[in-house]
Amino acid sequence: MELFLYTALFSPLVGSLFASIFARKKKTLIAGIVPSILLGVSLISSTMLLIFVLASGQSVQVEMMTWMETGNLYIPFGFVVDQISVTMMMVVTVVSTVVHVYAIGYMSHDKAFNRFFVWLSAFVFSMMILVMSDNFAGLFIGWEGVGLCSWALIGFWYHKESATWAANEAFIMNRIADLGMLIGIFLVFWNTGTLQYAGAFEAMQTLDHGTLTMIGIFLFIGAMGKSAQFPLHTWLADAMEGPTPVSALIHAATMVTAGVYLVVRSNELYSLIPNVGLFIASLGAFVAIFAATMALVNRDIKRVIAYSTLSQLGYMFAAAGLGAYWVALFHLMAHAFFKALLFLGGGNVMHAMSDELDPFKMGGLGKTMKASMILMTLASVALAGLFPLAGFFSKDMILEAAFVEHHFIIYGVLLFTAGLTAFYSFRIIALIFHGEDRHTALGFHPHEAYPFMIKAMIPLAILAAIAGFARPYYFDMVTLVLPDTEYHIHSAATYWIMTIGTQLFVIAAIYFAYKKYMSSDIKVPDGTSDMENSFKYKLLINQYYIPYAYEEFLVKPYRALSAFFWRQIDQKVVDATVDGIAGIFYSTGESTRTMQSGNLSTMLKWMVTGLVILLSLAVVFGLAANYTNLGV
Amino acid sequence: MMEIGLNHYLVLSTILFSIGLIGVMRRKNLLMLFFATEILLNSVNIGFAAISHYYGDLTGQMFAFFVIAIAASEVAVGLGLLIVWHKRHNNIDLDNMSTMKG
Amino acid sequence: MFEAISFYLFAFLTIAMFFITVTTSQALYALTALAAGMIFISAFFFILGADFLGAVQIVVYSGAVMALYAFGMMFFDTTRDLKEKQGNNFIIYGLSVVAAVLVVVIFAAPMVADGVPALYPIVEGIGNTQEVGIVLFTKYLIPFEVAAIMLLVAMVAGIVLAGKKMDLSLTMMSDAEVRDLKEDKNKKVLS
Repeated sequence: MELFLYTALFSPLVGSLFASIFARKKKTLIAGIVPSILLGVSLISSTMLLIFVLASGQSVQVEMMTWMETGNLYIPFGFVVDQISVTMMMVVTVVSTVVHVYAIGYMSHDKAFNRFFVWLSAFVFSMMILVMSDNFAGLFIGWEGVGLCSWALIGFWYHKESATWAANEAFIMNRIADLGMLIGIFLVFWNTGTLQYAGAFEAMQTLDHGTLTMIGIFLFIGAMGKSAQFPLHTWLADAMEGPTPVSALIHAATMVTAGVYLVVRSNELYSLIPNVGLFIASLGAFVAIFAATMALVNRDIKRVIAYSTLSQLGYMFAAAGLGAYWVALFHLMAHAFFKALLFLGGGNVMHAMSDELDPFKMGGLGKTMKASMILMTLASVALAGLFPLAGFFSKDMILEAAFVEHHFIIYGVLLFTAGLTAFYSFRIIALIFHGEDRHTALGFHPHEAYPFMIKAMIPLAILAAIAGFARPYYFDMVTLVLPDTEYHIHSAATYWIMTIGTQLFVIAAIYFAYKKYMSSDIKVPDGTSDMENSFKYKLLINQYYIPYAYEEFLVKPYRALSAFFWRQIDQKVVDATVDGIAGIFYSTGESTRTMQSGNLSTMLKWMVTGLVILLSLAVVFGLAANYTNLGV
Repeated sequence: MMEIGLNHYLVLSTILFSIGLIGVMRRKNLLMLFFATEILLNSVNIGFAAISHYYGDLTGQMFAFFVIAIAASEVAVGLGLLIVWHKRHNNIDLDNMSTMKG
Repeated sequence: MFEAISFYLFAFLTIAMFFITVTTSQALYALTALAAGMIFISAFFFILGADFLGAVQIVVYSGAVMALYAFGMMFFDTTRDLKEKQGNNFIIYGLSVVAAVLVVVIFAAPMVADGVPALYPIVEGIGNTQEVGIVLFTKYLIPFEVAAIMLLVAMVAGIVLAGKKMDLSLTMMSDAEVRDLKEDKNKKVLS
């Protein structure tokens, strides 16, 4: 079993290193195929581990080697495959393998084809470290690793200014959050003496409430950055500058879920501090509706999908905050499948429309891109939460959890957001694939994606469809390590009213979206219509002016401060001091060079001068020695 | 004042030494420089002899003896070099001897 | 009493002579003053009971060294004054005075140790020359020999540096060759 663990962990690294040999060369197909194959190997190993964990109920634990051993601090490179991490591993490897194969086709016309796979596989490796590590330090290594690979992948087309800006924004925001996480990790070590999960959580049972709250808050701050919760959310939408496979893998299925994973992994901690949990849940609910409103009017299909990711992350945090950790993890898993599918379908559309992102310029693509239409519709149905696809099982569970725990405000918000989710998802679908053909007039000639890309997306579609039915098995497996709260609504009538009501609400939203956006007088909005100039629209399309606020009130003053420090202090003080010291040496050398004049008389004079100096030193020291001796 | 002690001789030696230093620094003619060097050596000899007398030790006189021997050989070689230089440059002015300019 | 008078007299004379040597602008005066100074220094040696040393001083210094310098004076036009550069006299005199003062301070400060055991003690009764001889040829024999070699080297160096036409060795040539050499020289003179 340890062999499978190591294989699953290190195969992506080997793939990345293999591709890095070709990194600076022209596109070679093998630089894409080998990493994909190695990821398949990792997938198979993860599956073996899943079968083992499922069958035996035990976890696989290894300690590869010691990292630090100083004083009281002992941090090993240790890995654990228990029920939580095997779930994450399956999600990561499945989506990564599909995305790798898809990317071979998507990036086939790109010059930096090889470099893409280096970073993509490196990302998967970091993510595996993150989910498989058995201590907070290893988690942090993976945390930073995914941040780095995400930066490289968002800014993949680094000649584009907007891409590099978005990459920096993502990395810097993550870094700010990581500060909070580091403080949390320090607090963990300081109070419990160990960074291993097992030891730390055991010791936390005896800590006082205030300390636990602090730890919980700080660790959650780290999760906020990685999972783009408010107010550190602006980077996720801008991260769509990266290639679509990147968005599918990183910003839908894996990296952004790392925050949820952290909270789920620390469930023993958060169970002890339900107040912080309530805060997390409230924040999650807020983010859910916040993101959904911004997606309603956006004219960039990738951004809309990004906002829906943000919204669903809010759902996951709401579940985790309410104590329904297994539900959060389940939603994470289901969401990964259909969101990745949605992104990949969007990638097909983008490729067909030569990277055009405005759905208003598309329309009627369903005729030429049947397969993509079917897959994207399937994914959107799953996202909306219609029975019997996966989204229904996970989302409904969250709503039930909120209802049962008597958090009716959260319940109401999440319910309304479900409706909004359905609306904006199908708005996009309707605008792109149905209705009148608007694109031919604008000069686009779309064609379907390569067949192998479609075939790669099919496993995701299947999983998005059937994953919901695996819930009982999942429940049995994962509640061995997570609290097994089951949410029973007391009266069956209430349950059926809730469920059917939610479904009807969602179906109504879908119908409304289709009706509005399939009509034949949809035009490309050009800024003149009334709705576009209304305050609500402007607020939403500018993302509540939050990026603008950040730019004005945080970025600009900081930049001015940095410029001040650079010009006034660094150049004038530090550099001047260093240059001054060098200058002193130069000038001393220049002035004493005249001593070597070659003139014997002058040199004799200098000799006598030196003699006088030595004599005076002798007198001074001699007198000092004499007098101190006398004093003694 | 009447009683001549070691200090008197040492002071005398110092004065002669400083006169020699004046000569070494002042003279621009190589031969005159040699004269000043002789003065330096002689002043030191006086010091040696005085210490030898007042400490009852013959070592000082031996030292002075060897200093005289060395001074003599130094004069011989020095004058030989001075002659060679004079043959080549036809003057022995120190200001012209600046080939070791750094 | 006599010692004091002679000490001060000779001290004054020596200082005066040496001062003339370093400050006069006439080369011949400098030479003469130097020779005189040497003689007066030997007087000091006699006062201090270093008879052998005093005799050696007169013979070597005022005799041989002064003769060498006298030959060196041939490179001068002695009617002209010695040209001195406009050196900064203040520095020169100042430095020397300071050096002198410092040295005197060092001597005057109670730094001189008492009761230092003599390495080669002066024995009363035997004459100074005899004592010097004994020490020189027993304890200081090796320095003596080395000094002798050094003098030899200096002599050879002096000859090599100053001599001309050293490639021909008259003693190694036969009589006929020497006659040829003389005729060549005469021929050159005539033509």
